[in-house]
Amino acid sequence: MRLYLTEGNPHCLKVVAAVELTGSRCELQFVGVEERVVPFLAHSKLPCLQLDNGNYLFSTNAICQYLFTLRGKEPSDLTNQWLEWEGTELQTALSGALYMAVVQGKREEAAGALQKKCAYIDQSLMKRSCPFLAADAITVADIVLWGALYPLLSDSTFLPGDLKALRSWFERVCAVAACRKAVESILKGKGLQALKPYLQKQPAPSQRAETPASNEPEGGESADRVLTEEEIGAAAESWSKGLSAWPKPKPIEHPVLPQPNEKNVLITSALPYVNNVPHLGNIIGCVLSADVFARFCRLRNWTTLFVCGTDEYGTATETKALEEGLSPQQICDKYHAVHAHIYQWFGISFDHFGRTTTQRQTEISQDIFRRLLDRDFLLQDTVEQLRCESCQKFLADRFVEGTCPFCNYEEARGDQCDKCGKLINATELKSPQCKICKGTPVVKSSKHLFLDLPKLEARLVKWLEDSMVSGNWTPNARFIARSWIRDGLKPRCITRDLKWGIPVPLEEFKDKVFYVWFDAPIGYLSITANYTDQWERWWKNPEQVQLYNFMAKDNVPFHSVVFPCSLLGAEDNYTLVNHLIATEYLNYEDGKFSKSRGVGVFGDMAKETGIPADIWRFYLLFIRPEGQDSSFSWSDLLLKNNSELLNNLGNFINRAGMFVCKFFEGRVPEMELNDDDKRLLAQATWELRQYLQLLEKVRIRDALKCILNISRHGNQYIQANEPWKRIKGTDADRQRAGTVTGVAVNMACLLSVMLQPYMPSVSASIQEQLLAPPQCNVLTEEFVCILPSGHQIGAVSPLFQKLETDQIESWRKRFGGQQPDEGSANQSKTEAKPAAETKAAAAEDAGKDADPQRAKQLAEEVTKQGEVVRELKAQKAEKAVIGAAVTKLLELKKQLVLAEGKTPEAPAQKGKKKK
Amino acid sequence: MSDKVVLELLSLEKSLGLKKTNKYSTQGDKQVPVLQTNNGPNLIGLTTIAAHLVQEAQQKQLLGNTAEEKAIVQQWLEYRVTQIDGHRGKDETRTVLKDLNQYLEDKVYLAGDDFTLADILVYYGLHPIMTELAVQEKEKYVNVSRWFNHIQHYPGIRQHLPPVVVLKNRLYTSVH
Repeated sequence: MRLYLTEGNPHCLKVVAAVELTGSRCELQFVGVEERVVPFLAHSKLPCLQLDNGNYLFSTNAICQYLFTLRGKEPSDLTNQWLEWEGTELQTALSGALYMAVVQGKREEAAGALQKKCAYIDQSLMKRSCPFLAADAITVADIVLWGALYPLLSDSTFLPGDLKALRSWFERVCAVAACRKAVESILKGKGLQALKPYLQKQPAPSQRAETPASNEPEGGESADRVLTEEEIGAAAESWSKGLSAWPKPKPIEHPVLPQPNEKNVLITSALPYVNNVPHLGNIIGCVLSADVFARFCRLRNWTTLFVCGTDEYGTATETKALEEGLSPQQICDKYHAVHAHIYQWFGISFDHFGRTTTQRQTEISQDIFRRLLDRDFLLQDTVEQLRCESCQKFLADRFVEGTCPFCNYEEARGDQCDKCGKLINATELKSPQCKICKGTPVVKSSKHLFLDLPKLEARLVKWLEDSMVSGNWTPNARFIARSWIRDGLKPRCITRDLKWGIPVPLEEFKDKVFYVWFDAPIGYLSITANYTDQWERWWKNPEQVQLYNFMAKDNVPFHSVVFPCSLLGAEDNYTLVNHLIATEYLNYEDGKFSKSRGVGVFGDMAKETGIPADIWRFYLLFIRPEGQDSSFSWSDLLLKNNSELLNNLGNFINRAGMFVCKFFEGRVPEMELNDDDKRLLAQATWELRQYLQLLEKVRIRDALKCILNISRHGNQYIQANEPWKRIKGTDADRQRAGTVTGVAVNMACLLSVMLQPYMPSVSASIQEQLLAPPQCNVLTEEFVCILPSGHQIGAVSPLFQKLETDQIESWRKRFGGQQPDEGSANQSKTEAKPAAETKAAAAEDAGKDADPQRAKQLAEEVTKQGEVVRELKAQKAEKAVIGAAVTKLLELKKQLVLAEGKTPEAPAQKGKKKK
Repeated sequence: MSDKVVLELLSLEKSLGLKKTNKYSTQGDKQVPVLQTNNGPNLIGLTTIAAHLVQEAQQKQLLGNTAEEKAIVQQWLEYRVTQIDGHRGKDETRTVLKDLNQYLEDKVYLAGDDFTLADILVYYGLHPIMTELAVQEKEKYVNVSRWFNHIQHYPGIRQHLPPVVVLKNRLYTSVH
């Protein structure tokens, strides 16, 4: 036999490992990447095996199996299944992931693309609890999967610590001598990079391969799960216990404090920056996700504290204050109220919603600072900065403009040139200019303090590994944290030349404040301290407290690396994050949310649509960007509301209640369970347990599907048993109608509890309609009969309303890109914006510029255009030409008015870049 | 259940002469078939289930007699689920037909001289493609057409699928 191989071709690994492991006599021949060896195939297909009779095998898995078969190791159902899965499922994901990681350098995306496949292998290994995939000893399945995964998984950033079974299996196979040899001969000690020349010659894998429409439920278990007799029997038994043995819901008494020997859960949601009105993406990213989890924890009777608040210090607030003619404190007061109001409307159940501009914040921040200083974790260094003498302040990058040192573009910004795109250090700008007063700033050196991250690195890495293994970190969080460490930590400046901040408590630095990133996360502690004097029982109690941080992924570095370093260095037994839950981004109708362009739905506008908060909550949670970015879409909102809520969930709950009212005078009838009923109970129990497991892992979006599955089963059950017909039949029929109605209405009651974290008001109305006892609001692994025969229910009414297409269309128009007060007639004109202004708009998208800058630029445009008009008139140009110039001038003036026009919710800046 | 892949497995059961029918479902958006077994875990995947059915029907020869034949059968089963089912555009379909045509030039069946499971599943997989093919194209891929026609007339194989007309006499003699 002769085996044809190419260096750096990932498919060769498993084949060579199989040759080595089976000790096959086989000549190895290395050929070029594009060489056609198999005569009947139009394209090169390598590796391939030429048999002694001249035939060819071109499938790597068939080659591996063949080598095993020659040694008497025939395939089994299980090895076949793994090989087929590898060829159809894993390879599609893998080719995309390898291409992204090696050719495009998108490592994070690559890890994401592979995540589900890794989890699948991990689960299969755990279920069978064998050391290898298909048996107690190594089989062809192990070699094939190992060979496929080795290039990526050998880099530890791709092997999540929580997939313990996968990890130990992988290490076990790696240790096999044949595999080590294969790695040596194909990758030549170069790791992933050895694949680059090969992968570059491959066509880019199609994007569709692993990105199914992101708003659709992820293909999971088939609906018809086979239930065992034991499961069915157990479900029927639990049911019959009723509420007698049911745990009582734990009353919430403030202040909530951790209890010894109980599960104590501390939940934080990233602090929103105060001068922004949050948009739907911000809301789902942190507060709403954290709220669902907090409500879930309370339903499980865990001691739960959920805190959040506004992040208020920093340049952006100062700027906003100048612009609105208020003091920074006034600005914060005003916007803090806006935030609090929006979250209240969305039903966010904070135990305390605080703010960072408090005395407690100053005390705790300065304490941590002093402890870091005492322990020698701070460095001092001089930083060269531009200072505007006439404004009397050091200029932040965004307040400087000048000539680009690279391409001589005259309007380069202090951090980046718009023309050549290069990153600039503000002090390198030629002829720099203060954007506020147009004066020339000077370079001044200023002393600053730095947190010595390199010195803390060893502690951080140890803690991080432990936390990731024992805790629940989303894959993107793990990945971002690991990348930061891999790229090396550098000292990070913690002070700034600003006024609006926490003063640095050192004489030498009395004019400086802490950089917001240093003190903002301390806000979690100080907000808790403002809630209770006993805050340290939460924050200096890692033994008893489990800390969950919720955020969007851009905040991961601060919560996983920088802030933990501050706390580790302060050495005061702080509670560090155990579970870091980061979402991907939510897009708006396939674009980005942009306040400046009026694109997207912002917190305050959601209410104006008249759609109830719970519908917003449902839809946002249904499309929660859990593993990948997802999109808010109006038509999808309509679809999900009408199909899932109205036709599925609402329909089931309403029918169950209606039957009780209509056929049984509002009293739950007698129930005689037969096998079908018991089977249904077992189905519902299974879904309930899935739901609990998923929510415990904070897979909020997936857990929501379990609720919808239960009501789907319920609808089928009612449809199959037709109680409305049977009620008119014989005694036996009427008895049956009663049982079906009773079971259904109890399922509705179970759903009301499961729904509570997602849709608290709807949950409350269901319980009100059913007059459900308040003690039903606990989640356990069992589904019991909560509403016994004879229980009187209340008046039943529909829970959801249909959304109509024209309604949705009008909202889409309204939120689709124009400010609400701009008519659509403007649209054609605005498209003809002068280039400079379009750029200004683009700069705003990047979140760098604020409204005052736009107004300023517009004012300049107006002046310039005015001059153009005067010039034209002086030259006695043609009327049409002058007319066009005047129209343009008027249009600019109109935009200027709009840009200056201050509405309470017009914030300066989008995104939390500065944090 | 009307999923195509499930129909295919039911047909295979009949072809193999299996009496009791198994329970199938599908999972995921790719509609991967699942065989639900009462004892032991479910089996997932078309070729895995098909191989299992062949064993159950005690027709092991359909999986190949020698080690080499077994490998070739496995290779074409994999080709069915990765290349034929995975094809995305016309170009890829053409590559599949071209490769198969070349391969079948000197063969009666995919594994050479013996009829195997590979013939059955590749036939099922190609059926929608062949149905769409113009007469001219069927002539172009003459070896595929000949093989296809042969398999669809093999006793007990066609089952639920409508026959595809393959002309024995060439119409377009000038085209090769």
